[in-house]
Amino acid sequence: MTDTSVLVLVDHHEGTVRASANELLTAARSLGSGIGAVWLGDGAEQHLPALAAHGASVVHQVELGENGATPAAVAQALAEVCAAAGATTVLLSSTFENKEAAALLALALDAGLAVDVSGLELGEAGRVVTVQQAFTATWTVRSEVVTERAVVALKPNAVQAGPSSDAPSVAEVVTHALAGPVQERGARVVSRTPRPSSGRPDLGEARTVVVGGRGTEGDFSVVEELADALDGAVGATRVATDEGWISHDAQIGQTGVTVSPRLYVGAGVSGAVHHRGGMQSSETIVAVNSDPEAPIFEIADFGVVGDLFTVLPQAAAEIRRVRAEQG
Amino acid sequence: MRIVVCVKHVPDVQGERAFTSDGLVDRSRGDGTLNELDENAVEAAVSLVEEHGGEVVVLTMGPADAEDAVRRGLQMGADQAVHVHDDALAGSDSMVTAEILAAAVRHIAQDGQVDLVVTGMAALDGLMSVVPTLLAAHLELPRATLAARLAVADGQVTITRELDHATEELTAPLPALVSVTDQTNQPRYPNFKAIMAARKKPVTALSLADLGVDPSRAGAAGSRTRVLAAEPRPARENRVLITDEGDAGLRLAQFLVDNRLV
Repeated sequence: MTDTSVLVLVDHHEGTVRASANELLTAARSLGSGIGAVWLGDGAEQHLPALAAHGASVVHQVELGENGATPAAVAQALAEVCAAAGATTVLLSSTFENKEAAALLALALDAGLAVDVSGLELGEAGRVVTVQQAFTATWTVRSEVVTERAVVALKPNAVQAGPSSDAPSVAEVVTHALAGPVQERGARVVSRTPRPSSGRPDLGEARTVVVGGRGTEGDFSVVEELADALDGAVGATRVATDEGWISHDAQIGQTGVTVSPRLYVGAGVSGAVHHRGGMQSSETIVAVNSDPEAPIFEIADFGVVGDLFTVLPQAAAEIRRVRAEQG
Repeated sequence: MRIVVCVKHVPDVQGERAFTSDGLVDRSRGDGTLNELDENAVEAAVSLVEEHGGEVVVLTMGPADAEDAVRRGLQMGADQAVHVHDDALAGSDSMVTAEILAAAVRHIAQDGQVDLVVTGMAALDGLMSVVPTLLAAHLELPRATLAARLAVADGQVTITRELDHATEELTAPLPALVSVTDQTNQPRYPNFKAIMAARKKPVTALSLADLGVDPSRAGAAGSRTRVLAAEPRPARENRVLITDEGDAGLRLAQFLVDNRLV
């Protein structure tokens, strides 16, 4: 088996690999050679070429127990692969469940832990250096992991995914079974109700997010129209979810989903600090609001003082026209 | 039942927040407050004790002024407070923080079994949300995180939570750890009487020596991560603000095309 220094957990759902996987593999390449992808469950075969193209020389396929991919099971699987492969760094995407797994894994490995990471590099003496945002993304914090082992959860969209120039032509597959029972400590899921998919990208990892706030007065049709023109996700402010205009899982903010897409469009969003905490690290911020004093204009790259019900449909129509021209 | 609520003292989110040149959260500005999301944790614990009887102990770790956070918890109805305060704690990362809090919970348990540990969903300064998971692991407790609703009956805690793709109901036998979201409840606002009553409630200060924790395992010395630099993010440059004169949608689309965002 090839020596691996970095392991990447591949998030997949119903046979589809999440976009974060290639971002993580791309980030892993900046830390060293010998990258192992970890695939929990079965179904890795058809994805091997793509994983190899992004730098994975080995794919570790791990059979989980009957409880499936609980954070404890994920942590145990990663700890066991880490020991078998001799890896020192494990990368995961920074979702809520993965952060739980990352915390448990760091304990198991006695590793340094960094979550919600927006940048990653190799520092002095081969230490992992991470970049994180703090205080509503108004500060940037660079930290180093001082232990030999590091567990790092990277935010979606933090890294632009790209194929490796010296990619392994084929990824070796190594299968593992969990060595022991998973220590779940008695918490048990008694019911799980999946939410129907909207057909739009996942809010947490979408490259474009269009958000409706109080200014929509409950009518999200133009927000959805612009999101669909841009193949984006639809989000909302706390006011909009509290009013019941849209389901709670669409809420962006410190207590909801944190997004850092390439493009954020806020429509009728005032930009209260609690909302900014969930979106201020977005690459480009566009805001449309009828109130010229709205705080969101202080952080918007492109702001429009106007009525969202005329501006958004006009923009959506123009974008559809341009995209049709581009073919 | 006996409940420990872990809370954090953080800079006010509405204020100007900053780091010191050593990469620590600047606490010198005097506008620190009980982390807003921990108010939901205190409320959850106090309501449970009102329903089932028992005691709420509010616990924090931090410099001298962090006592304000547990004082607020006492005003909201907690019965007593514990403040872990030691110069050797400066620079503690999340893994060390969880280890110290676990030692403090064990210390509190010497006076009577702790049935439930309650935390907020995140601290509004770091927002990492990993301490509840780490704390449960150190205490070897079942963990039910991100509770949007919570109930205790027959020695079990039951929570409902909203994850990215599903709504889940979880149960765990007590003792257990629960983290609660801001959807769980509406924190009470202490009245004058509650504020006066809180003045008489005990706040116990504990040092690392009291907890039997070796200082080399705490603070910057024990942490596995170290801040190299903290800088304010530069303001966004070349910002454009237009007022709609009938073509703002077209100009918005052009901006997106120019920036390859379409």
